Amino acid sequence: MTSLRALAHVRTGDKGDTCQISVIAYSAADYPAIREHLTPERVGAHFAGLVQGGIHRFEMPQLGALIFVLEHALRSGVTRSLSLDAHGKCLGSTLLGIEIPGCTPNKR
Amino acid sequence: MLECAGQLTGGYFADPGYKDVPGLARLGFPIGEVSAEGVGTFSKVAGSGGELSIRTCTEQLLYEIFDPATYVQPDVTADFSGVTFVETSGGIRMDGASGRARPERLKVSIGYRDGFIGEGQISYAGPGAMARGRLALDIIRERLLIRKLPVDELRLELIGVDAVNFTDDLSGEVREVRARVAARARDRNTAIAVGAEVEALYTNGPAGGGGAWASSREVVAIASSYIGRDAVETTLVWAEA
Repeated sequence: MTSLRALAHVRTGDKGDTCQISVIAYSAADYPAIREHLTPERVGAHFAGLVQGGIHRFEMPQLGALIFVLEHALRSGVTRSLSLDAHGKCLGSTLLGIEIPGCTPNKR
Repeated sequence: MLECAGQLTGGYFADPGYKDVPGLARLGFPIGEVSAEGVGTFSKVAGSGGELSIRTCTEQLLYEIFDPATYVQPDVTADFSGVTFVETSGGIRMDGASGRARPERLKVSIGYRDGFIGEGQISYAGPGAMARGRLALDIIRERLLIRKLPVDELRLELIGVDAVNFTDDLSGEVREVRARVAARARDRNTAIAVGAEVEALYTNGPAGGGGAWASSREVVAIASSYIGRDAVETTLVWAEA
């Protein structure tokens, strides 16, 4: 059991009311375990109450990357949201606390 | 890849102990060279700060991309699903991008007046800071009801606890919190009144409130839609001062 933070880095972006988070494995060896455990369902549970729409995942195996698209997650988006972080840019980092089974840490 | 400049060369990337980036105070911006065959090579000025690597390039390639096989732009429907990066002596080489026909419809961003946002903040510190911050927010909630202020949407939160992080356990004491109130209203006076209520917490709220601050602003929001490409006429106006 290793925290995602030791295995992958993340970047967060937004388009309108949609939040987009990329999760990129430091080592290709860890990509299969991340892919197996970091499902749309798992990410949805993590952001329970925040995401009002669908959650989609796209895979980029040659880059060791997963893309998560969270619909209606930003309280109507950057131009009118009351949120302190109206872009939602802080959100992806909170994924890094998720535990991923079957990996050993510090493969960076 | 170049759109956000420093985001390719180590900006929006550093995470001490995990992703250490040297020289961010003199971050070097990227240089992109594209060959006739569609291969990109990215570099930055020698001696500048930052990091240009496969991992920074991967983050930026995927930044704000949904389906990597279908990234719709006015001039092309791009396909990034087969992109690969290789480190070379001349920089990071990007290959494998392709595309299909440009879309028939163009995106339209429509700006509209969307009322006002009023906001106020105040800090609490030391033992019980979080409880006093929560009490402050409860007082504001009740004050807005007593005054019957016509607020369309209200947000009450503690910066340092639950303002931008909605996922972590809320137990445990913190050294300091900042109570934040933000409200949407149709008129500016209501927006101003919300911030003034937070400033009033100095003298009428919980013990030890400091650094109160209030603001109000008009909101110009953006709604997105589509328009047929054929319906758009392009003209150029050249204005000289």
